[in-house]
Amino acid sequence: MNLRRDVFQAIADPTRRAILTLLATQAMTAGAIAANFETARPTVSKHLQILSECELLNPQQNGREIVYHLNPNKMKEVADFIAPFAKMWDERFNTLESIMKNYNKQK
Amino acid sequence: MELKTKIHAEKDKQELIITREFDLPLELLFKAYEDPEIVAQWMGTKVIKLENRTHGSWRYETAYEGQVVFAANGVILDFIPNQKITRTFQMEQSSFPVQLEFFEFEALSDTRSMLRMQIVFKSVAFRDQLLQMPFAHGLSMAHDRLQDTVKSLK
Repeated sequence: MNLRRDVFQAIADPTRRAILTLLATQAMTAGAIAANFETARPTVSKHLQILSECELLNPQQNGREIVYHLNPNKMKEVADFIAPFAKMWDERFNTLESIMKNYNKQK
Repeated sequence: MELKTKIHAEKDKQELIITREFDLPLELLFKAYEDPEIVAQWMGTKVIKLENRTHGSWRYETAYEGQVVFAANGVILDFIPNQKITRTFQMEQSSFPVQLEFFEFEALSDTRSMLRMQIVFKSVAFRDQLLQMPFAHGLSMAHDRLQDTVKSLK
């Protein structure tokens, strides 16, 4: 599995969305998360890995266990799925603005 | 950080409204849309054709390392300097249906202006699909093309 680790790709999966919902109220260990699903433990670990790679989760080592915390900042970005689109246009328009400011000075 | 660009996408509507205030006089903002050389600079694309008149047509082409990775074209339906441009937008080499785009330019003061861009899609689903592939209009198509090329090498 070597997919592009894209946030939107990450939340497209129903199990991953369920994991995020589960972690919304509390941080949990991988074992405690897996106990909520019928899916095999390695599959859940894979989901946790993907969610961590796109920074939706913060894994924190706690003794022998890893505790997963939700990253609220990243979640906020996703909540507004328009954000990346808006950001692209904003950057493009910023470029337009600075080009035209220079253009004005040259005249 | 608050973006200066606002996107309005009402649920279950097949349109998208993008608004932006510029720290530029109206004439300069319009010029950035009218002058092919300037369009090329801020859109990061090659402007093959830009006929600024009613029933004129336009075509952009973006190349990455010598290969065309993105091309789009359309017809200009309405062109009123410093006021509005209405055009169609179609991506080439894509099953994505044509879009209808309305650009409205407005002076807010002698030094500030505003752009309102309304995009009408064939369906709500197509609008949502475009929003979810944020870079559909631009360069990261280059990235995707690159990925496809890499995949086909395997």
